[in-house]
Amino acid sequence: MPSRRPPDRNIAPVAQRIRLRYARRGRLRFSSHRDFQRALERAIRRAGLPIAYSAGFSPHPKISYANSAPTGAASEAEYVEIGLTHERDPVHVLAELDAALPPGLDIVDAVVARTPDFAARLEASHWLIELPEVSVPGLQQARDAFWAAEAIEVERMAKSGLRKFDARGPVVLAEVRDPQGAPAGSAPCAILEVVVRHVTMSVRPDDVLAALRREADFEPPVPPRVTRLAQGPLDLATYAVGDPFAPDRGD
Amino acid sequence: MSAPVTERPFAQPADDSRTLLRAGRPSGASHFDRLEPLLAKVTKPIQYVGGEVNSVVKDWDAANVRWVLMYPDAYEVGAPNQGVQILYEVLNEREHLLAERCYAVWPDLEALMRQANVPQFTVDGHRAVGDFDVLGISFSTELGYTNMLTTLDLAGIPLHSADRHGDEPLVIAGGHAAFNPEPIAQFLDAAVLGDGEEAVLLISAVIEAWKAEGRPEGREGLLLRLAQTGSVYVPRFYDVHYLPDGRIHKVAPNRPDIPWRVSKHTLMNLDEWSYPKKPLVPLAETVHERMSVEIFRGCTRGCRFCQAGMITRPVRERSITGVAEIVERGLQATGFEEVGLLSLSSADHSEIADIARNLADRYEDSQTSLSLPSTRVDAFNVDLANELSRNGRRSGLTFAPEGGSERMRKVINKLVTEEDLIRTVTTAYAAGWRHVKLYFMCGLPTETDDDVLQIATLAKEVIKAGREVSGRRDIKCTVSIGGFVPKPHTPFQWAAQLDHESTDARLAKLKDAIRSDREYGKAIGLRYHDGKPGIVEGILSRGDRRVGRVIEQVWRDGARFDGWSEHFSFDRWMASADAALQDEVVDVDWFTIRERDRSEVLPWEHLDSGLDVEWLWEDWQDALDEVAVEDCRWTPCFDCGVCDQMDTQIQIGPTGVTDLPMPGLPSCAN
Repeated sequence: MPSRRPPDRNIAPVAQRIRLRYARRGRLRFSSHRDFQRALERAIRRAGLPIAYSAGFSPHPKISYANSAPTGAASEAEYVEIGLTHERDPVHVLAELDAALPPGLDIVDAVVARTPDFAARLEASHWLIELPEVSVPGLQQARDAFWAAEAIEVERMAKSGLRKFDARGPVVLAEVRDPQGAPAGSAPCAILEVVVRHVTMSVRPDDVLAALRREADFEPPVPPRVTRLAQGPLDLATYAVGDPFAPDRGD
Repeated sequence: MSAPVTERPFAQPADDSRTLLRAGRPSGASHFDRLEPLLAKVTKPIQYVGGEVNSVVKDWDAANVRWVLMYPDAYEVGAPNQGVQILYEVLNEREHLLAERCYAVWPDLEALMRQANVPQFTVDGHRAVGDFDVLGISFSTELGYTNMLTTLDLAGIPLHSADRHGDEPLVIAGGHAAFNPEPIAQFLDAAVLGDGEEAVLLISAVIEAWKAEGRPEGREGLLLRLAQTGSVYVPRFYDVHYLPDGRIHKVAPNRPDIPWRVSKHTLMNLDEWSYPKKPLVPLAETVHERMSVEIFRGCTRGCRFCQAGMITRPVRERSITGVAEIVERGLQATGFEEVGLLSLSSADHSEIADIARNLADRYEDSQTSLSLPSTRVDAFNVDLANELSRNGRRSGLTFAPEGGSERMRKVINKLVTEEDLIRTVTTAYAAGWRHVKLYFMCGLPTETDDDVLQIATLAKEVIKAGREVSGRRDIKCTVSIGGFVPKPHTPFQWAAQLDHESTDARLAKLKDAIRSDREYGKAIGLRYHDGKPGIVEGILSRGDRRVGRVIEQVWRDGARFDGWSEHFSFDRWMASADAALQDEVVDVDWFTIRERDRSEVLPWEHLDSGLDVEWLWEDWQDALDEVAVEDCRWTPCFDCGVCDQMDTQIQIGPTGVTDLPMPGLPSCAN
């Protein structure tokens, strides 16, 4: 009988892969990874980019995502790779896609993929955790207790059920600082910056906060604002998180 | 979640609820920074942040009349709503008008907003709803009534129209449920029947003029002006008088300068109202992940249970070029992957074959799929579905015979024979469709167990025919059953609703009849709900002003999101009804399972849908006699009364245009 087989379409092959770095800012930090996926696919169509599709009954655009930040966290460093059927200047792809996405989902960098194993280069994340109504000494005390521990077990509900894991080990750097440039007399706010190695059960900022609660009874009075500042290769000497696009740029 | 502390009691009769909620900010200011800390604690916060592609935030001070358009359900249901999207554009296109949207907030956010005194907000500018001139609420279903009360309360607007004396927004209901707004009359300042495009502009003009003149006679003066147009219903200017037995004696204006009846609005020449031009692209996942294009409005098939078909007459088609223009512009503006060609019965468009073929040609290589969501039992329909799915998977096709037996289908005027149905599904299975969905109703007037049991017989015949034609055993048929609720402005408005115990018993017998069949039982899926929610819908559909007390009581007892089974509580509704109606001679049964006679004054008789009540009554008698009525598009007028009463006429093809130019090519005139 007819139509049980996928139609023989001319599926244009991928001629070029472009890697994009995007930011999730402001109120759109509340968008989930799936929300972003739909928004990006529609933006690609609005921008008229020659996106490649998979074969089969329900063709999917060739887009691969890497390691997205949790819903509610802002990010300056999310990564996605798209496959195009024709070559395009990444500078133009950046501009056209950014214009087609809603403000708050912003494309900030684009390179032609020239190297394999991009995902493996995302070794660590640099997080900024802003804690309104928390004093710097109070946070410092909690951080010190956290730092002194060898391991701190926390729990999180994962797809596979409740998971217990160590939220201390993968943290290679944790620093407390004052908000810079805060106007005099503004409400107190303390900042925690952490660098976390990516491991199988990845440690997220809320896990770090759970560990602070566990180790030092630290409880922020209002929900913290979390931003991923960088993702990339980890320099084990300085604990700096590098640019994962560097090999593609030929730097 | 544990019960939160309610720092602001429910429904304070506070003149100054709105002042408290404003937190010292000027009218029209954003409250997003106050909302933001709460969003970290609720499910799916993205639904509250707005910022969708094609959404608009206009300058507050530059607008003379400011509207909030509300869909009283969750964002995921409300955001795709065509009515709200159309009016949002119609209003925002005008320089001096402004419209923002709001949806019902889930109970988790409601509790946090009460604690933190955050006002009900719009998702566009996060402005306080209480700051606007009009709160227009679109009721597709009566089950949104309790959500309206939550919104009013969170906005700091007094629940009762009679308690609003200042510059609170005018609370105006629209949508299909507004054809009987009596159960919510005390909460409304006004209701509008019918198409909204011109109505919102008319109302805006009246408000603008009243403001420009220095607001003569205040709020009452404005409502008077609206009522005097004859096309805006202002419940406070009408009194309902009751007979000792509980029936209505009469509904009459309580001032000499108010019209006796209020008419529905009918938009003609749909091609001149080419909306939505830039459909919203929600970030959050919604129930319809596609762009919708309304290819015509109205339906004269005459299905007697169908309120939509009765109140949206006459049929007014968009032309093939008009449809194509909306599709092309909309796809460019949104990037959607799917286009739904909507109407009450899309295959009935006089030029649907040309529309389907042209659109399928135009978008063949663009990874854009086309769908025709509402289908009728007709082999032609399968051809259309084949055309629209040229490249895609042929998974499921839906048909709605509605009645299980031939007799039942004559009663409801759904002119489909068993032969038609078998021929149609055979065509579908032969064309590679593997799954056919069939919609039926249970609880129709004059229905017996046998009528419903014939649904099982029909489904088995469908599978049998499908196996023969396809030579396969893996084909499926799903039977979905909805409980029938009699609706105002239909021939069944006089009918007794079936009690929920009988509904459930009948469905249980049907389930047994399907499940016990060894040969076909496993190939037939059965989906249905119990009869209880239908009873609540029944009170709200055909209720009068006394039902308002029930709605308020059940809301105070915690009813929210009544369209969601996980939130709906039948027992709470019944307890509230008992309490609220204890001093009345009427009760839930009186409103639902009681048949009305011709002499009874129905609660909506002062609201004019154009249908001649004599014709409705005759059609009800024809139903009882199992006499069918044809469609007036291809047989002579059967005098339903709408075109004469409303001074309208049928607007259908042929237009003479059968092909579309290819997009992007310059025309010869250049």
